[in-house]
Amino acid sequence: MRSTAERATSDRLAAWFTEQGATLVEADILLPAETLLDLYGEDIRARAYMTVDPVRGEMMLRPDFTVPVVQQHMAGGAEPAIYAYSGPIFRKQDRAGDRPSEYHQAGIEIFRRDQPEQSDARVFALIDRVLREHGLALRPLTGDIGILMAAVRGLATSDRRKQALLRHIWRPQRFRALLDRFSGRAPVPAARRHLLDRLAQGSPAALIAQAGTFTGLRSEAEIAARAEALIQDAQTPPLAAPEAALLYDLLSLQAPARAALSHLRGIAPMLPAITPAVDRFAARLEALADHGIDTDTLPFEASHGRTSLEYYDGFVFTFHAEDPALPPVASGGRYDALTAVLGQGKSIPAVGGVIRAGLLARLTGDQA
Amino acid sequence: MIKIGVPSKGRLMEKTFDWFGARGVTLRLDGAEREYSGAVEGVEGVELVLLSAGEIPRELAAGRIHLGVTGSDLVREKLADWRAQVAELAPLGFGHADLILAVPVSWIDVDTLDDLDAAAAAFRRSHGFRLRIATKYHRLVRDFLTTQGIADYQLVDSQGATEGTVKNLTAEAIADITSSGETLRANHLKILSDALIHSSQAMLFLSQRADWTPEDRKALTLLAGKLGVTVPNS
Repeated sequence: MRSTAERATSDRLAAWFTEQGATLVEADILLPAETLLDLYGEDIRARAYMTVDPVRGEMMLRPDFTVPVVQQHMAGGAEPAIYAYSGPIFRKQDRAGDRPSEYHQAGIEIFRRDQPEQSDARVFALIDRVLREHGLALRPLTGDIGILMAAVRGLATSDRRKQALLRHIWRPQRFRALLDRFSGRAPVPAARRHLLDRLAQGSPAALIAQAGTFTGLRSEAEIAARAEALIQDAQTPPLAAPEAALLYDLLSLQAPARAALSHLRGIAPMLPAITPAVDRFAARLEALADHGIDTDTLPFEASHGRTSLEYYDGFVFTFHAEDPALPPVASGGRYDALTAVLGQGKSIPAVGGVIRAGLLARLTGDQA
Repeated sequence: MIKIGVPSKGRLMEKTFDWFGARGVTLRLDGAEREYSGAVEGVEGVELVLLSAGEIPRELAAGRIHLGVTGSDLVREKLADWRAQVAELAPLGFGHADLILAVPVSWIDVDTLDDLDAAAAAFRRSHGFRLRIATKYHRLVRDFLTTQGIADYQLVDSQGATEGTVKNLTAEAIADITSSGETLRANHLKILSDALIHSSQAMLFLSQRADWTPEDRKALTLLAGKLGVTVPNS
C-alpha cells in the first residue's frame, strides 16, 4: 500500500528535478496496450495490468513513464528538453511478498542531440546527488550496452548472425545460446543437420510438398526463404576463436570504471569496431568526473542492464541498498533506439532515470 | 472435518476412486444418480466434495478444501506462485499428458525453439504482426517462452479445438496438451523437439491456505498413513 510519505517524497523529488532545470510533465495512467505490446512483446502481459476500454480497446496501466514521456516529446516537444515527472506506476508481482505492485516513481529524462555523454553524466550525477542529500550512501553500478552492441556489429560474420545476436541483446540466455552456436562451441542440433542433408538433395519446395498437407498463414515462400538462409548459415564459418574469446571476455567484464576502460582500450586493437563506443565510454567518465563522481571506484559491468522489458542501448546504471533482496532504489539509462521506434520516422538521443520514492522514504525512515 | 475435492465426472473421477480404493479408502457417490454428493469410508474425519477438475486449484488456493485431486498442469496454470498456495502430496500415476508446442508439418525449417524464434522474427517482418500461438495455458506457455528467451510472438486465447486454429488462420502455432499426438497429426501439425513445457499428471494436492485445526491435522495424519504419502511440515 502506498503511503502519504511515498507520494510526498516522489513529488518533492520531481520538484527538485525542476529546480535543476527540468520541466514537470504529466502522463496518462491508462495507456493503449498495443504500443507497449509491440515494444516489449508478450512478456509485458506478465508484468503489466491489462484492461479493456469499450471504445479504445485493450489498455494497460502505466508500467513506466518513459514510453508516454517519449511519445509526448516526439509529438512536438521543443529541443533540447529536460522533463521531470512523479506518479504511480503498476507492475504485477508473480510472487507473494512485500514487493508492491503499485508504487511511485519520480524521474528525469533528457532529450538532446549533442554531447550525449554530458547528458548521461548529468542524469547519473543528479540522481546520485539527490540520493546523497537524503543521507543515503547507496551502491551504484554502471554498464554500457553500446559497447556490447558495437562488438557484435563488428564481428567478422554474416549480417544475419549479427542481427540475430542484436535482437537478443536483452535476453542473455538466448544471446549466449546463439553465440555458442555461432562460435562452434555448441554442436549443430541433430534435426538441423538432418534438414540440411535433405536440403542438399532436394529443393525446399519439394521437401515442403513431401512433408504433408500445407496449413497456415506462413507461406511456402517464407518457409523456403528460411530454408535457404539455413543453407547459407551452415556455410558460414564459425566466429574466429580469438574474436569469440574477446566477446565472451566482454560479456563477463566487471571492474571499477577506470580499470574497465583500460581493459577495453587493451582489447580495442583486436576488436576495432568497439573503438567509437569505448571513446564514448571514456568521454562519459570524464563528464562524470567533472560532476565529482569518483570514476576510479565506480563499479562497471559490461553486461549490466541486459534484462527483458528493457530498452537501454547505451549507458545504464542502478543504485542499490545494502539489502540484496530490495529492488534498485534508482535506475536508468540511454535509450536512443526507443525514440526511433516510437517516433514514427523521427528519433532523438535520450537518457533518463527514475527513483522508487516509496523505497527511498522507507530507507530514510520517513514513514509519515 | 477435512474436505477432499475430487473431479466430479469421467475417467479422472473413476481413476481417483480406484487409487484411493486400492489404499483402503473408499470414495463413492451416494444419493441419486447425477447428484454430486459423495462419502468417504475407511478413515474418520474426511468429507468428499465433488468438483470440476478445473475449479479444484482455485478451491485449494481459497482454502475451501483441504485436499484436492487435479492435474498438475491446471494448478501451475491457474495459480500464480503455486508453491506458496498448495503442496504436492503424491503423483497418482494417471491422467498423463504433455503440454507441448506444435507447428505445421509443412514448416520444414522449424524443429526447435531456436527455429521458432527465428521464424517468428521473419514472420513479424513480413506480416507486420507477431506470430500467433493459440493456447488456453497462457501462464505456463508465457513463462516457458520468457525463460527460453523467445521473442516476437503473441498468445491468442483458444479454449477448445485449438489444433484447428492454424487451418482457420487464427494462429500460426499452438501450445496444447497432448497424450497421443493423434489430433495433432490429423490437423497436419508436428511437435517441436525441445519444447516440452510441462509433463502433467493427476496429483493429490494439499492446501496451504485451508484452516487446519488440530483435529484436521490428526485426520490428515491417519489418511496420509493409509495412502502412504508424506505430509510436509508446516
